[in-house]
This record gives sequence, C-alpha cells and structure tokens, in this order.
Amino acid sequence: MVNVKRKKSNMESRGDKYFHIGVIILMTLFALIVLYPLWFMVIASVSNPDSVLNGEVWLWPDTIDFSGYVKIFNDPAIWTGYKNTILYTVIGTTLNIILTIPAGYALSRPNLPYRKYIMWFFIITMFFGGGLIPFYFLISSLGLIDSFWVLIIPQGLSVWNMFMVKAYYESNVSLELIEAAQMDGANQFRTFWSVILPISKPIIAVMILFYAVGRWNSYFDAMVFIRSENLYPLQIVLRNILIVNDNASGGITGEDIYERLRLANQIKYGVIIVSSLPIIMIYPLVQRFFKEGFLVGSFK
Amino acid sequence: MTETLKNKKTKSYTQYGVKRNWQLLAMLSGAIVFTAVFAYIPMYGVLIAFQEYNPALGIGGSPYIGLDNFTRFFESYQFSNLMINTFLVSFLGFIIGFPLPIIIALLLNTLRSTRMKGIFQTIFNAPHFISVVVLVGMLFLFFGEYGLINSLVLQFGGERISFFLESDWFRPLFIGSGNWQETGWSSIIYLAALAGVDPQLHEAAKIDGASRFKRILHIDFPAIFPTISIILILSVGSLLSVGYEKVLLMQTGTNLSTSEIISTYVYKIGLTGFTEPGYAAAIGLFNSLINVVLLIIANYSAKKFSENSLW
Repeated sequence: MVNVKRKKSNMESRGDKYFHIGVIILMTLFALIVLYPLWFMVIASVSNPDSVLNGEVWLWPDTIDFSGYVKIFNDPAIWTGYKNTILYTVIGTTLNIILTIPAGYALSRPNLPYRKYIMWFFIITMFFGGGLIPFYFLISSLGLIDSFWVLIIPQGLSVWNMFMVKAYYESNVSLELIEAAQMDGANQFRTFWSVILPISKPIIAVMILFYAVGRWNSYFDAMVFIRSENLYPLQIVLRNILIVNDNASGGITGEDIYERLRLANQIKYGVIIVSSLPIIMIYPLVQRFFKEGFLVGSFK
Repeated sequence: MTETLKNKKTKSYTQYGVKRNWQLLAMLSGAIVFTAVFAYIPMYGVLIAFQEYNPALGIGGSPYIGLDNFTRFFESYQFSNLMINTFLVSFLGFIIGFPLPIIIALLLNTLRSTRMKGIFQTIFNAPHFISVVVLVGMLFLFFGEYGLINSLVLQFGGERISFFLESDWFRPLFIGSGNWQETGWSSIIYLAALAGVDPQLHEAAKIDGASRFKRILHIDFPAIFPTISIILILSVGSLLSVGYEKVLLMQTGTNLSTSEIISTYVYKIGLTGFTEPGYAAAIGLFNSLINVVLLIIANYSAKKFSENSLW
C-alpha cells in the first residue's frame, strides 16, 4: 500500500502533465509579447526606413543598414549626453551606496538608540512629502539650479531602498555573529567594516542595480533644473529626439512630414537601442543575487 | 559565579543606550541629514500653500490667506476633471496590474526546470530597465500616424488612427504600456516569497493526491498572501498618486481632457509659464493628504480583517 502511494507521488498524473505544458505555452506567449517590441526596435533600426514606414518590416530586417547608427554617432549631443549620464550615474550611485548601506545596517540593529523615533522619522517621508513646488524652492535656495550636482545630491538616498537593506540584514545577520566580533574587541565601526560588509555582496549588488538604473533613466529633474546643454543627461537628449519633434508634428500629415519622419524614425530606432543596451546588459549580471537581496520587510 | 559573570559580560555587548551605540548613530547620520534636508525642509515649504506667495517676500514674508488656495481649487472647473482622470488612470491600471504579477509568479513557480524559470524571468524583467523617455518614444513609433499598428490597421481595411491625438486612447496606451513594462518586475517580490515555501509541504500534498493546480491554491497562494496584503495596502494608498514623468511625455495638445492629472497640473501651474506657486503647492498638499488618509484606511482595514499590516 505504502509502495503504491510512493510510486504515485513520483509519477506525474496526466492532469499535472497537461497543466505543466499549458503553463509553458502561456509563459512563452507572454515572453513573446514582452520581447516583440524590443525585437522590432532592433530590426527597424537597421532596415530601410521606407519599408519600415510602409509596414513591410515586422519580423526580419530587409537589409542590414547602419547608416542610422552612423548619424547617431556623428551627433555631438548624443556623445555629451552619454558622457554626462555616465558621470551622473557613477558618482551618484557611489554616493547612494555610501549613504544607504551603513544606514540600513544601523536600522537593523535592535540596540540602535532612539530606534522607534528614527524609524518614524524615515517612514513618514515614504508617504508624505512637501511636493514638487517646495522642493523646487529648496533646490533654488541651495543654489543648485543648473549645476552638475543637482542631479547627484538631492537623489542621494531612497528610503525605500534603505529599508530593503535593513530587511536584508535582519534576516542575514545573527546576534551571535555581532557578539562574537565585539567580544574579540571590535567596535561597531570595525564590526561593520570587517564582519558585515564581507557578507553584504548580494544586497550591495542589488542596490547598485536599483540606484544606477534609476539614475540612468531619469529625465524629470534634469528637465526642471538643468538649462545648459553641456550638462544635459542622455535622457533629455533622447527626449528631444524621440518626443518633442513628434508632439510638434502630431496633428499634421503630408509629404514633407512624411519625408521628415522617414529620416527621423531611423535615428529614433537606433537611439533607443544605443541608450537602453548598456542598462539592460548589467541586469543579468546582478540577477543571481536577487533571491538573497530582494527582500521586503515590515516597518517594525 | 563564573556563570553569572559570563552572563553579565555577554549582556554588556548588546547593551542599549546612546553612549555604547553612538557609532550606530554615526552610520545613520548621513541618511538622517539627507532626509532632513531633502524631505523635511520641503515639508516646511508647504506653508506657501496657505499664502499668497510672492517670491520677493519669500516664505517668511508672504501674506497668509488661510485656505483660499484650497477653496479656489475645489471650486475651479478643473477640480472634478483632474480627480476623475487621476483616479481612473490609476484604478484601471490597478485592476490589471495588481493580479497579473501574482498569476505570473504562481505559474512561473510551477516550472521545475530552474534554467527555464531563469530565462523567462530575465525576459519578463527586461522592459523594466527601459527609461520612460524610451518607452514613450517606442509608443510614438508603434502607434504614430505611420507606425506599425497603423500599417496593420490599413491592411485590414481600416483608417489610420491618431492614437496620440484622441483622448480616448490615452488610458489604454498608458495602462497597457505600464503593464508591459512592470508586470515581470512586480512578480519578483512574490517569487521571493514563494522560494521560501517548504518543499515538504508540496511532497506531502502530492502523496495525498493533490494536483498541481490544487497545490497552487492551498499551498502557494496562502504562502504569498501576507505579501499580497502588503502590496494591496500600498496600492490603495497610492490610488491618487500618479507620477508626472510618463504622463507629461504622453500628453499632446488634444488628449488633455483625459491625460491631465493632478501631478502634471501642479507641475504646469507651479513651474511653467505664469507660475502660481502657492496655488500649485496647495493642490499638491491636498493630493498628499488624500494619499495618507487612503493609506491609513487601507492599513486599518487590513489589520482588522487579517494579521497583515504595514504597522
């Protein structure tokens, strides 16, 4: 009797087999929906712009033509944007990590003084804020308008991310570990530096990913606070190429619009690839840390 | 004797109090300073919502006018329109965007091959990394006058649709693209919770003859239920907070009747053209207050009907 049951548990019932196949089909379908628009950007960027506009290109490129990319790389605005965005992302993310990791660790310690008050001090800001206008006034009175640092400093800390770091340490650092370090005579700085940081790789990787993606992709702060073209991040350059033109020509149709579209679109497809590729590429490198680093705790 | 001494010593290492733990406070100091400056000073700045703000006089010198800015907003013809637009775009997005990641996570979790799981996850997450500028740029390319969608429409004998000029199309495009971008990413949090399910539970259920579908219902779903509750509370709390970033990019002169929402309106009257900072700040403050109230109600109800709550 027991034997029969065990056999059954190892074998799959027919219903489960169908279910499994159904899931694979459904997931594949969903994957195609996700991938197709991205794939289309790739093929449209190297195809003949005329056939793209006529809707003839939809599965494979009809030619391999890099002239769109040549135009993109000859545009000095793209280069400036690229350089600026790399600077904003690298310097900004470094600041984020320096602020977030130690703070998240300190918050995870039950013996942090005034812990309850400090927690509320942060939690309130997650759900209530002064809003855009007072924020603008603050930036303006700090003299940061149209400066390089306006895209670095005000975004220095995400409280959401800090709480994620706290949750990570709460489930990965035992009291014994810290006590052992402190019995060996290490103070709290030393404990953090030589005991905690070495086991923090997953959460640091996840935090770098979160912050770097946010910084690489943001445009709004730059649109509001940056006036000089030589400080434009890539996203503002992209916005001018991808969206502002389109708004202007939105209503009109006709020959000259068509001609303009023909030339502009090829650049648009290319510019989308050029700007998104680096950030999509770093993600698989970090993905393996997700299981450990991606934890959300309560606010207690 | 030695026992008690040892105990005392161990205790002393986790002692509470400022003197012993000032180094922990020092590790937090940067975060506290940044939060104080960039989150709390703007909160003080909301005082201008109660003023007839004059840049020459500043926050300290501008005359107070009580709740005039607020009543002016409630009485303005924009009020109901903005509230409805903001609510609809967020609520309709929520109806699709809330269950979809849960379903994806539950189904992905049934795949036995970790390799296949990983590949699907990588694919599903990819759109999350695209910026809003690129996303809206892609929308313009696909749904523009001469985009791929219109080529398809023509082929099936239809007429070109001006997706971006017709206000009826704003919400479907906004919500559809949002779900395309974020569904995979939102499912991660559920997948992380599912990874913590004890495999023995599944084994035991299998022996009792439970099908895979039954096991989803009775093992997996209960395991992620606390996570679902937390996400639900947060979603209800943000029903009226739709960000301006993506909407601003999708706005054209002619779709404003559905695409103008509270945050974009605040941006426009507060920072562009002839600015009225006091009035804009009042609308922004009103919006934040509603969000807080919604969150508190959601958390209170969650606490009452289950053990899951944010605080």
